[in-house]
Amino acid sequence: MLKFENVYKRYTETGDVLKNVSFHLRQGEIAFLTGHSGAGKSTVLKLIALMERATRGDIVLDGQKLSAIKERHVPYIRRKMGFIYQDYKLLPDRTVFDNVALPLVIAGYGHQEVSRRVRAALDKVGLLSKEKKFPLALSGGEQQRVGIARAVVNKPPMIIADEPTGNLDPELSAEIMALFEQFQKVGVTILIASHDISLIQKMNHRVLRLDHGQLVAS
Amino acid sequence: MKQIDKYPHKPKPIKPDMQQNTKAGGGFTDHLKAYRDQHAQSLFSSLGRLFSTPFTSTMTIGVLALAIALASGFYLVVINLQQLTTGLEASNQISLFLRDEISEAHANKYADNIRKNPNVRNVKVITKKQAMAEFKGFSGFGDAIDVLEKNPLPIVIEVLPKDSLVGKGALTKLFEDFKKSTEVDFAQMDMAWVERLQSIVSTARLGALLLAVLLGLAVFFIAGNTIRLEIHNRRQEIIIAKLVGATNSFIQRPFLYTGFWIGFLSGVSAWFIVTFIMLILRQSVENLSGLYAGAFHFLFFSYGETVILLAISSTLAVFGSWLVLYIQVKQLRPE
Ligand SMILES: Nc1ncnc2c1ncn2[C@@H]1O[C@H](COP(=O)(O)OP(=O)(O)OP(=O)(O)O)[C@@H](O)[C@H]1O
Ligand SMILES: [Mg+2]
Repeated sequence: MLKFENVYKRYTETGDVLKNVSFHLRQGEIAFLTGHSGAGKSTVLKLIALMERATRGDIVLDGQKLSAIKERHVPYIRRKMGFIYQDYKLLPDRTVFDNVALPLVIAGYGHQEVSRRVRAALDKVGLLSKEKKFPLALSGGEQQRVGIARAVVNKPPMIIADEPTGNLDPELSAEIMALFEQFQKVGVTILIASHDISLIQKMNHRVLRLDHGQLVAS
Repeated sequence: MKQIDKYPHKPKPIKPDMQQNTKAGGGFTDHLKAYRDQHAQSLFSSLGRLFSTPFTSTMTIGVLALAIALASGFYLVVINLQQLTTGLEASNQISLFLRDEISEAHANKYADNIRKNPNVRNVKVITKKQAMAEFKGFSGFGDAIDVLEKNPLPIVIEVLPKDSLVGKGALTKLFEDFKKSTEVDFAQMDMAWVERLQSIVSTARLGALLLAVLLGLAVFFIAGNTIRLEIHNRRQEIIIAKLVGATNSFIQRPFLYTGFWIGFLSGVSAWFIVTFIMLILRQSVENLSGLYAGAFHFLFFSYGETVILLAISSTLAVFGSWLVLYIQVKQLRPE
């Protein structure tokens, strides 16, 4: 599903942030991406999201080489992935419903299909009753679940999360993880960047460890 | 920052059909319908956005409306002036005052010659006697003139050039030719000032055109700058939309509609401003136009001109917006 082959990322200011990173995630696999602050976790995710391009090496997503994707096709690649962020990245002036609907509206779904899918996704994260609320009226855990609903509403084959539990207490973090495992059961590939060691240890999933841009464990 | 969250709902099991499908549901026509709905939605939501910030919108539209009103108002004034001079063109006439020693017979022969000129419509000879009679009746100096031994008035030939010459250099050339002939003492173009007026009007028309171009550019840039601010205000929204797979054209669409509304509403406002001013001006101008035997009708914007005014205003604003969007939306990248 996702393959990194000898990937390098160099910034002119900071030098090589990723050095010779290679790994392969199979479909339906959950993996944690961990490492110290500044190790390059977010950079790996940005490369997958095509927010940045690799300096060297190949990234293959669902059989497509990302280096070959033209800038104007990037949006269509992004629709194959659901992104989840530590800071949720919700639109404060839109309701929960509209926030979750955004990927579907962008992809050009009809009205009824949008309603049906948004409700299904909100139901899954247990927020159906809050669809008319605005994000700032929700707790952090609820906002994160809105973010998750938005990430899965388009039924992407892959979910990518950057510190999804960074702002949540252990109990809530465990609940979010339980949600991810449910998505995994239906074949979604999930990559989670996190330095929450205790959480990672509690769960029995593959761990990719980065150290100063190099993959030291996979 | 830790958040306390009562989480009453346990996550529900996922039915297999919820996942896997990455293709959009529905057929091609569904997509077309959704696309059309999106456009309609953008059209009205962008209008709603303008109304939701009435102060800013009024300022922007006010500035644009004044620029458009200035350009189109000047245009209307020129159109009206042009009408004024058109009414006067028919009376172009050249008077040739012949030299004193020219006899009446000679004058008639000369007049016959002029008649052969294809640029001339009519020629009339006024003899010394006729001229004197006319002058006596006209000036009221009748008795005084009787005292004179010799009739001091010259023979006059009145030449009416063809209408087709009016407003062109040909009329002046004809006039210059007459001036040069040996029989003519001096020549006078009765309506030389008409031509002068016409050249003033055509200068004004050129000025109106240049002004319209400049103010059109102003509309272009002001609309572009308004959209630039709007992009800036909605930066976060744009970035998030990009993150979940929005294309640049999807992001640009609502802004283009905003640009359209700004231009369109400014055009409508300008129309009312100009029409209002013209109504004020009409009274005094129509008094003046009484001098021209009522041949003058005050012109307002016609239907066609109104459509063109609105079309140009909206188009300029849309293009200004588009240029800014084209450059800025591309540059806005996540992070
Ligand atoms: N746009 C950029 N330009 C230059 N250097 C960058 C840029 N983005 C990240 N870096 C550098 O790349 C390195 C890795 O950053 P990255 O964000 O991937 O770390 P991280 O593992 O996610 O850390 P954290 O746990 O703190 O989020 C850092 O040293 C950072 O300074
Ligand atoms: Mg990071």
